Amino acid sequence: MDSNAVALAVAFKNDPLFFGGEPHAAKKQGTMGSPAEATPVSARLDHEGGNATSSVLRFITCGSVDDGKSTLIGRLLHDTQQILEDQLCAVAQASRKRGFDGADLSLLTDGLEAEREQGITIDVAYRYFATPRRKFIIADTPGHEQYTRNMATGASTAGAAVILADATKGLLPQGKRHLYIAHLLGIRDIVVAVNKMDLAGFEERAFEAVRAAFAAFAAPMRIPGLQFVPVSALGGDMVVERGARLPWYRGPTLLELLEGIEPAKAAAVRPLRFAVQLVQRAGGERRYLGRIASGAAHAGQEVIALASGRPSRIKAIHAHAGAREFARAGESVALTLADELDISRGDLIAAAADAPRASRELQATLVWLADAPLEARGRYLLKHTTRTVRAKLAAVNYVMDVEALEPRIGPQALAMNDIGHVSLELAQPVFADPYTEDRATGAFILIDAHSHHTVAAGMVR
Amino acid sequence: MNFDRSHLDWLESEAIFILREVAGECARPALLFSGGKDSLVLLRLAEKAFRPGRFPFPLLHIDTGHNFPEVIEFRDRRAAELGEALHVRSVEDSMRRGTVRLREGESRNAAQSVTLLEAIEEFGFDAAIGGARRDEEKARAKERVFSFRDGFGQWDPRNQRPELWDLYNPRVGAGEHVRVFPISNWTELDVWQYIGRESLEVPSIYYAHRRPVVRRNGLLAPVTALTPARAGEQVEELSVRFRTVGDVSCTCPVASVAGTVEEIIEETVATRVTERGATRMDDQTSEASMERRKREGYF
Repeated sequence: MDSNAVALAVAFKNDPLFFGGEPHAAKKQGTMGSPAEATPVSARLDHEGGNATSSVLRFITCGSVDDGKSTLIGRLLHDTQQILEDQLCAVAQASRKRGFDGADLSLLTDGLEAEREQGITIDVAYRYFATPRRKFIIADTPGHEQYTRNMATGASTAGAAVILADATKGLLPQGKRHLYIAHLLGIRDIVVAVNKMDLAGFEERAFEAVRAAFAAFAAPMRIPGLQFVPVSALGGDMVVERGARLPWYRGPTLLELLEGIEPAKAAAVRPLRFAVQLVQRAGGERRYLGRIASGAAHAGQEVIALASGRPSRIKAIHAHAGAREFARAGESVALTLADELDISRGDLIAAAADAPRASRELQATLVWLADAPLEARGRYLLKHTTRTVRAKLAAVNYVMDVEALEPRIGPQALAMNDIGHVSLELAQPVFADPYTEDRATGAFILIDAHSHHTVAAGMVR
Repeated sequence: MNFDRSHLDWLESEAIFILREVAGECARPALLFSGGKDSLVLLRLAEKAFRPGRFPFPLLHIDTGHNFPEVIEFRDRRAAELGEALHVRSVEDSMRRGTVRLREGESRNAAQSVTLLEAIEEFGFDAAIGGARRDEEKARAKERVFSFRDGFGQWDPRNQRPELWDLYNPRVGAGEHVRVFPISNWTELDVWQYIGRESLEVPSIYYAHRRPVVRRNGLLAPVTALTPARAGEQVEELSVRFRTVGDVSCTCPVASVAGTVEEIIEETVATRVTERGATRMDDQTSEASMERRKREGYF
């Protein structure tokens, strides 16, 4: 350890208690201030194996205002020893400046001046931590209703969601919205962390009441991996450590739940989808550069090239290290085909036996992200895989009432944060699968052709 | 130590995809290459994305004129080895033009934004690929992979484009551009593990070496011709290495005995201070230094 770190560690030790100065927190703080006593990080990072798909879990955290989300993330990072002394010092100083008694861990995650000034989270932020089991990427999204677009953004790349609920308040409209959006964006593993158990006397009854309310609301969505865990982010109970105050709960801690989530197998077992990013001439051959969106590619495989609809076979799969027999979902490679076909960026190479159909009309669910509403006269670009085409609204079929989980028929526009079922007309075809079957080829965005803003997240129905 | 490094495959594949999207979507991109470790990783990723072809973009370095000579030598050699075009634009030229005016003793670090924006305008670049990572700094944690800059090069953190799935939106109007960060999701540890796995050469000052330093504001400030010791400061010669390399006037080494990448990885795992916290004077000015610089067009 270098001398700078020692100086900072000493400075930190003399700081006021974190987490409002509970006895439990005091013990924690002592451990952190003395790195020699902490679990050796090398031991924590010694991995036991695993594979490329399970080694990273991206998850989103969402909560209503004052659910304690920032504190929970601070606690997760803190108890897995990801927060370094200079960050803690900065938080301690900032907390003092703002007149807090202890250190406000939410300051760790609020990165923008305006956020710190107003004590709110404005924009999605990404956090990183690792345990011996896997690397985690957190998309930390704000809870305000007007920032629903940020939640959709974070959820779009997430494999799991942690939804915060307040044990003393139960299921609020915000919680319904979070659950619905996470589900809509195709997240199969959703953990409801029932927080502030300390304010609910650590009573099982309080936890069960929240669980029952969420489970009842979620029932029609048939979420495959819906789990619940009681926590106190403030005290650290059941986040990383079990603590001693929730003896009636015998399930895994929040971190254990996150470590145990299996990556979705869906992409791996799908038929091949390979969107061409670039075409390269090399050694008299045309190489198609791209990433396997779903399924797997192997040499000799029968494929079909879209838009042309022409069949061929995969001649070879090239990676930087050389030719390969096989490549799976998520891998960036270059393909050559047995036949000379006219293929360019935006085309799709798909399994011949199970290719998507080309469509110039899409039925889709949209999450509207922009100030200006979706309108029939609006000019939009639709980006789907690597293909961008002009699009216009044909009809708004209904707008979802998220809290009632019921469609409202009648509106012919979508406003910011609306979720609606629409029909779109496209200037050229796209080769799409239903989003519920394939997140990679079922997703699209709409871009305002004039302002270039990203105005909607779209999911093909 | 027996690290599982399969997460590096995931990070690498994502970064290659992003680089290819830039090439597919942007008319005139450039890759910002300083000779530092993050931009070295970018070059490796570009090789994996585009070889046996040429890079579909030139390299661009904004030189403050106050860089460590080992890094500049390395920058030129690496570009030559790759056979790719390297443009260097200098803060000193901006000072001569009068577009950069510094107070006596002020660091040239923040002034790089001016020179960078001038270079982007001169070449008509519509995308500048950089090696910034979200784990570096809390304003960076809010950054998009494709991050829009307006006609003044400004970043508006409160009005960023939503970025969904891997459907990046690089569309810009005349005079506007995007910054692209292919290693957004990498941590300092990931970078060193990747450098180790790929056997990448890095400038010598990343490894432990003896160097005169003074202790200043909890940092070890290097003593050079440009940055002499101040009155009353005691110069010590310590074994140090740089965790980040930037302008001499604001970049500090850390105490270290790591002579190999594996040893750097071990120190990185065990460290209790962030990369920028241990090394950057420019971030100590205020809680929002990075955000303010970025708003004005910084990397």
